[in-house]
Amino acid sequence: MATIESGTEIKIDVHGHHEHEHHHEESFISKYIFSQDHKMIARQFLITGVIWAFIGVLFSVMFRLQLAWPDESFPILETLLGKWAAGGKLAPNFYYALVTMHGTIMVFFVLTAGLSGTFSNLLIPLQIGARDMASPFLNMLSYWFFFLAGMIMLVSLFISTGPADGGWTAYPPLNALPQASSGSAFGMTLWLLSMAMFIVSSLLGGLNYITTILNMRTEGMTMMRLPLTIWAFFFTAVLGVLSFPVLLSGAILLLFDRHLGTSFYLSDIYIGGQPLTNAAGELLQGGSPILFQHLFWFLGHPEVYIVILPAMGMVSHVLATNSRKPIFGYSAMVMSILAITVLAFLVWAHHMFVSGLNPFIGSIFVLFTLLIAVPSAIKVFNWIGTIWRGNINFTPDTLFAIGFVSLFISGGLTGIYLGNSALDIPLHDTYFVVAHFHIVMGLAAGFGLFVGVYHWFPKLFNGRQMNNTMGYIHFWITFVGSYLIFWPMHYLGMTGVPRRYFQFSNFETFNVYGDLNVFISIAAIVVFFAQFVFLINFIYSALYGTKMKTLNPYLSNSLEWTTPIEPGHGNWPGAIPPVYRGPYEYGKNGTDFVPQHLPDNAIWPKDEKETKTELA
Amino acid sequence: MSTVTLKRTQRIHPKKFALWLGIGTVIMMFAGLTSAFIVRRAAGNWVEFELPPLFYFSTLVIGLSSIALFFAEKAYKANRHLQYRNLLGLTLVGGITFIILQYAAWMQLASYGILLRGNPSGSFVYVISGLHAAHVLGGVVLLGFFFVRAIPKPDPVQELLSEINPERSLGIEMLSVYWHFVGILWLYLLLFFTYYK
Ligand code: HEM
Ligand SMILES: [Cu+2]
Repeated sequence: MATIESGTEIKIDVHGHHEHEHHHEESFISKYIFSQDHKMIARQFLITGVIWAFIGVLFSVMFRLQLAWPDESFPILETLLGKWAAGGKLAPNFYYALVTMHGTIMVFFVLTAGLSGTFSNLLIPLQIGARDMASPFLNMLSYWFFFLAGMIMLVSLFISTGPADGGWTAYPPLNALPQASSGSAFGMTLWLLSMAMFIVSSLLGGLNYITTILNMRTEGMTMMRLPLTIWAFFFTAVLGVLSFPVLLSGAILLLFDRHLGTSFYLSDIYIGGQPLTNAAGELLQGGSPILFQHLFWFLGHPEVYIVILPAMGMVSHVLATNSRKPIFGYSAMVMSILAITVLAFLVWAHHMFVSGLNPFIGSIFVLFTLLIAVPSAIKVFNWIGTIWRGNINFTPDTLFAIGFVSLFISGGLTGIYLGNSALDIPLHDTYFVVAHFHIVMGLAAGFGLFVGVYHWFPKLFNGRQMNNTMGYIHFWITFVGSYLIFWPMHYLGMTGVPRRYFQFSNFETFNVYGDLNVFISIAAIVVFFAQFVFLINFIYSALYGTKMKTLNPYLSNSLEWTTPIEPGHGNWPGAIPPVYRGPYEYGKNGTDFVPQHLPDNAIWPKDEKETKTELA
Repeated sequence: MSTVTLKRTQRIHPKKFALWLGIGTVIMMFAGLTSAFIVRRAAGNWVEFELPPLFYFSTLVIGLSSIALFFAEKAYKANRHLQYRNLLGLTLVGGITFIILQYAAWMQLASYGILLRGNPSGSFVYVISGLHAAHVLGGVVLLGFFFVRAIPKPDPVQELLSEINPERSLGIEMLSVYWHFVGILWLYLLLFFTYYK
């Protein structure tokens, strides 16, 4: 091997001997299970995330059945859930358990770990030109803590009192008192343990991402030459590192309240006329449930941006690449992510407008909340500017990226309604909020996940590509179907239909919307089945998909396409290519694209030439 | 094969950088807890009490152990290995004493009738100082690990190799950053408790 690297380069490499790495015959365990290769860890995150996604979405289909046909019985539910759906009808408390698990799984396991974990791991080293993460070992631990969190949550589904059922936000007193509901007993304890493991996983991952991006970029890769994906992962990690510890402290106090008789969040609770006491017989008093809301939403709001920023980054990257145009306003894109990151820490109380917030404080939070619309709008404008008159390749990844922009606009607009405290008072805890956050977060970030999977599939699975036809079918059903599910919910919410109700048929005012609920549920079921098109495509393509024939099938500028089709541990067999330019030089001076590693006066390296002529 | 010479500007070592970030997360956690304290205190129904005097002793002990570690690191850099080992041992003893003193302080607090259960003003002190002690315990485990490694090896060549190992020097630097941090964190917490009783 004739690789020549400087001394410092080797010193910062944790293994030090990367040039020889791919000569090792790695054992099955070190290659596939306790792997420290960032690409394998990315795969582990993705596959685990996809499995959780199917579980989480299946839960939502179950409770949509209940909402649409409250009087019907579904024997299949009894088959699946046993005593929780005796006679084929969902037990009311299990409805709440399903809603809670759905929310937790989707927000944390799918959209945080599955999305940011997968693509931060895959793309950070590949796109900045590094052999691996700063600490591959901590990176591996990050996955295994996530795995453990998932296992604990899974176990909680099967215990006799059932999983946590007090909502994904885990508000006390409901979730602080084991006697409050069956899921608030052992299920909630497991939920908290699982979240603690998850927080550790996120922190380990985040520390690594930030360190790697700041310290391990290849020669010439200045910060302002980073692909927008990397900027997005960077700020995502910053958000996580600053906000998850606060959630952890909130959760620790909750554990103390639940198990050690403190009353941080509990005060003057009467059950059946009797005041509640702790194990020592003392009155529980002096606590404040609002305190938990502050601690929770201090993470909770940044968390929604943790979910959406990686999707934004990937959408920006894919839109520029696939419309063969430079990204519109690169530095404005970076600045707006920065602004979103800063503002994300200043708006948490907009989730608490009706929790008894001082109205003066509320108005400050209204101001900051509405300010977030500015950087959000800049990003939307720039995405549209990017594809405007572009030479767009309408591949599934592009379609999902455009779908993302559409959803982000629709969902962002309703955010502005909710951000006004006066409007939020009637809309809070209605289906309007459900519509808002599913469109802007659930769907948009989900689309971001699809963008990433369709686009970077060859980098995930040894150069194999996904099938486009199935991609189109998947896109159109999902795109149209998602709007059909969530758009009508705005109307339900505006008429005051509350969220988290098990059944509406007993309410004069709300039972008139039965048909709409049936409509929504049918759309949900159709979209659910459409995801199997994706799943089949995913599994089939990972095993038998057509291999890409050139190194750079999308004629992309970024560095990940300079690695071999099946990169080994260490990514580049030779030296890491240095970088001479930004990542979005498309359509400049009559050339279709100029990869980042090409010097100004370069003669095209051999493989690039092949790529060019093959497509000419 | 062509050669690319990489000129890498000397940045902070990535592992050390990650440590600083990790310290940032710990700071956020305690910032979360102490702001919860302030928010809760402002809501009234707050029992005031005196801090147990043992807290001041433990502060002194962890401060001295920090100083010991500071000189231990100097000794290591100056290749005075015996002195390094002794000072490291002293730091370790200081760390263990600190944890014992914290425990004794909780007992003292309990003897005033301020229990973990009860008004949150007391619960906060237990929980926050307990979480801090857990971080100190992590440091103690690391100190113990470095202390064991500092015991000379019978084979002089091995001994020399391990003494000049750059990884180890980095480890000691990181350990001392962490240890000074938990000391300063305790000082902050003590001042916080004293000020905001
Ligand atoms: C223009 C930007 C946005 C504004 C002004 C905004 C505003 C709001 C407000 C005021 C609420 C509270 C509604 C209530 O509970 O009464 C809310 C809820 C929510 N928003 Fe947004 N939002 C915006 C963008 C986003 C984005 C980008 C995401 C995620 C990616 C998001 C995710 C959520 C979630 C998950 C909830 C509900 C949490 C729950 O109660 O379970 N929002 N939003
Ligand atoms: Cu929010």
